[in-house]
Amino acid sequence: MQFPILSIIVFTPIITGILILLIPAERKTEVRVTALAAAIFALALSIWVYFSYDIPAGGYQFIEKYSWLPQFGISYHVGIDGMSAPLVLLTGVVMFTGVLISWGLDDRPREFFAFLFILATGVFGVFVALDLFMLFFFYEIAVFPMYLLIAIWGWKETREYAAMKLTLYLFIGSVIALVGALAMYFTSGLGTFDMLELEKAGFSTDFQILWFPFVFFGFAVLGGIFPFHNWSPDGHVAAPTAVSMFHAGVLMKLGAFAALRVGIMLLPEGAKFHMGWIILLTLVNVVYGAYIAMVQTDFKYVIGFSSVSHMGLVAMGFATLNADGMLGAGVQMFSHGVMTALFFAVVGMVYDRAHTREIPRLGGFRKMMPLVTLAFIIGGLVSMGMPGLSGFIAEFPIFMGVWGTAPWIAIVAAISIVITASYIIRIIGRVFFGQVPEEFEGHITDVSVLDKVALVLLSAILIVVGIYPAIMTPLVESGVNNILRLLGGA
Amino acid sequence: MSEYVFEPWWVVAILPEILLVVLAIAILIFDLILPLESRRNLGWVAAGGLGLILVLGLIFSRPTSDALMWGGMLAQDWLGFTFRMLFLFAAAITAMFSMDLPRLGNRGEFYVLMLASTLGMMLMASSADLIMLYLAIETTSIPLYVLAGFLTQEDKSTEAGFKYLLFGAMTSAIMLYGFSLLYGFSGTTNIYELASRFQQGIVSDATLMGVLLLVLVGFGFKISAVPLHFWAPDVYEGSPTPIAGFLSTASKAAGFAVLLRVFLAAFPSLAPYWGAIIAALATATMTLGNLLALAQKNIKRMLAYSSIAHAGYAMIGVVAVSQLGASATVFYLIAYVVTNLAAFGVIAAVGRITGSDEIASYAGLSRRSPWLGIAMLVSFLSLAGMPPFGGFIVKFVVFAAAVEAGMIWLAVVGVLNSIIGLYYYLTVLKHVYLYRSEDEGKPLPVTRPYAVGLVVLILGIILIGTVFAPWITLSGSAAAGLF
Repeated sequence: MQFPILSIIVFTPIITGILILLIPAERKTEVRVTALAAAIFALALSIWVYFSYDIPAGGYQFIEKYSWLPQFGISYHVGIDGMSAPLVLLTGVVMFTGVLISWGLDDRPREFFAFLFILATGVFGVFVALDLFMLFFFYEIAVFPMYLLIAIWGWKETREYAAMKLTLYLFIGSVIALVGALAMYFTSGLGTFDMLELEKAGFSTDFQILWFPFVFFGFAVLGGIFPFHNWSPDGHVAAPTAVSMFHAGVLMKLGAFAALRVGIMLLPEGAKFHMGWIILLTLVNVVYGAYIAMVQTDFKYVIGFSSVSHMGLVAMGFATLNADGMLGAGVQMFSHGVMTALFFAVVGMVYDRAHTREIPRLGGFRKMMPLVTLAFIIGGLVSMGMPGLSGFIAEFPIFMGVWGTAPWIAIVAAISIVITASYIIRIIGRVFFGQVPEEFEGHITDVSVLDKVALVLLSAILIVVGIYPAIMTPLVESGVNNILRLLGGA
Repeated sequence: MSEYVFEPWWVVAILPEILLVVLAIAILIFDLILPLESRRNLGWVAAGGLGLILVLGLIFSRPTSDALMWGGMLAQDWLGFTFRMLFLFAAAITAMFSMDLPRLGNRGEFYVLMLASTLGMMLMASSADLIMLYLAIETTSIPLYVLAGFLTQEDKSTEAGFKYLLFGAMTSAIMLYGFSLLYGFSGTTNIYELASRFQQGIVSDATLMGVLLLVLVGFGFKISAVPLHFWAPDVYEGSPTPIAGFLSTASKAAGFAVLLRVFLAAFPSLAPYWGAIIAALATATMTLGNLLALAQKNIKRMLAYSSIAHAGYAMIGVVAVSQLGASATVFYLIAYVVTNLAAFGVIAAVGRITGSDEIASYAGLSRRSPWLGIAMLVSFLSLAGMPPFGGFIVKFVVFAAAVEAGMIWLAVVGVLNSIIGLYYYLTVLKHVYLYRSEDEGKPLPVTRPYAVGLVVLILGIILIGTVFAPWITLSGSAAAGLF
């Protein structure tokens, strides 16, 4: 048996979380140091896994399988492929930077880090799950800490409303998908929840067409798909900074990823049948999300809706069901995760100092926070799809793929890039350049070293993937091939 | 019934019941000789004794084969055994949670009544004869009436006891009438013989269904299924908190034990009819319980409605009329008993200090006592059906049973209901974790019995929620005897 590296990645956060709860509440520094140590450990392991994935071999690697509930054919079965490897790395990165950004949190940091780490375990678990039951198990673990994190440490104005809305939306989605999963289990007659077995179950076309929407949308709710995106901007805005980073950066990918893994990969015929109209919904996501982002005046809402728009591109890439679109969507999940984590980190830093997020009231932050400004500009360029940064590597194939199925959709979707550029440039101009309002004169301080480390790491990843895409695309391509095989050639 | 000749293993099979009587007598004696100040320790005696009986039962009284004993009065099988052990566990925890309550924990008769009721439940779970069953139900109920009204100085407690008595006596009379008709038609009171007699077609299915409805009234009262749920909120609110917990867990599980045995073992041929009725009742029970729980301000009333809703989920497994369904119900009850005891334990521990059961009085609990906050978090999330806690896997199994039986609609109803459930459980947790209160600075001491009991229960909730296989095996073998 090989070294159980994926299990260690999955369980490091939750075990740390429990250990943190055992530290007396007053010893806050020890809580933070423990959290940071665990985050570094998980990050190191996820980097190691990412780079030691054997691309030519393809398929699922680092597989571990233990019987969990043999009577139901449920096993603890983990492994990663080219689609999930970048997402595991992404989670490691966001977890690490999230801990750095939350260093200054003073209200019950012990509980905060414990819940955040339970969430991280859920996320890692979903990305590596190869068993349908296990995927649900970890999916739900990822949902409920979100409620507490937002409700307790979130923005006072909307946190109770947003937290409840988010939790109920996601829970409804997941339990509806759960009924679909049970239907798959009993219909297959294989007596197993193992997704690698269920892939071969050969469900009838009628069954697939009936159940695909339930399963796909059940998960895609968390991916922010129109018209079920409504929870997401509210949730992003109400959440504390590190949780917004986790939430937009990683959690939304969880939805997209599960919709892919369970919806498209297990019910490929259903996917082919329904994707014709689902791609229209994703178009609404992309354009409408960008438009709403443009008209917001609250800095954080702008970023929140931009996430809806960018996640729409992910879903659109999936909906093409072709190699280019899938490849782009795979890279976009990673690229958007890092980018949006960077955005929310910046928003948090600005808000912590200015105590307002109204864009017209801000200005001139370039003078006080030069590095933050630079990081935001890099993130902004990524979000506009500027060549040389990771956003281009992701969005270009998506548009190519969409062009292959429906050229006019590609044209309309491309408009969103213009809209994105308009709101990003407006923010850069208003918030970071321009005059410093009098009320901020003199008492805005620069960010701490830890914050800078986080920003530099996130920006560096965006640049590296942009100028050296070979670090990621072959990997994602191997994952895409796996999906295309299930879709029957193409 | 002359074929039953005494065999020595009969004694071993009911060893837990025998020891329970011995324990009750021992507590009565201790109650006489212990000075008043140290009578609280009777709780330790009761809990320790019950724990010991549980261990001895697990070692010596495990059923080897399904058989009737004691003149056909009792059945020896895994169904009964599983529930009997569960009742012993619940009673031990309840004894611990009662110890530090004023005018309750230092009175010997309290523990004796509780043990008598536990004895009744254990006999209920293994009764194979209608007469034995009726006696067992009354042995369970009568001490519970007294326990519900135990705090005689409080009007609400008195009201609870009286209300419980009236409803209980009424439904039990209707059920007894149903029993008498069953005997009149078939000429036997043995549950297993009833099945074969009725298969000869002595009476029409319609008549028999009518009789079964009468019986269902009695069982429905025990499990607090709609429309026989009215008593639950008032009785839970007024009863001493540990007794409310005992009522909502052990007493309800006992109701399910007889429901499973009588309906699945004795009337499988009528399953399409009573299945439809119980499916309708399950839907109504889940939905009404959850909807009414939304509006509650008092946490005990809220948990009463929540426990009504949980009875609805557990009924889904009965409706499925399958091996998987019955084992799902048993598994559901195991997890539910452990979880709900923890919830009531926290409430008892908090209410003891704050003197209030209003949900609003839980504001700031996580700052006053982080560990009670965590215990509440775990138990409520488990009730809501979140992993990695026990509530998730059991809901999963119950819904799986419904889907397997082709009742996808019932699984969907259950799923939608669990969303409503999540809402009100989270609302309570919001008070615990989010809201501030003026009393935050005041300490909230947790005495040792609560600490021990809650740690056991929380570990149990997580154990059920992560290591499933042994529990499924256990509940599977409990269900096997029914088919």
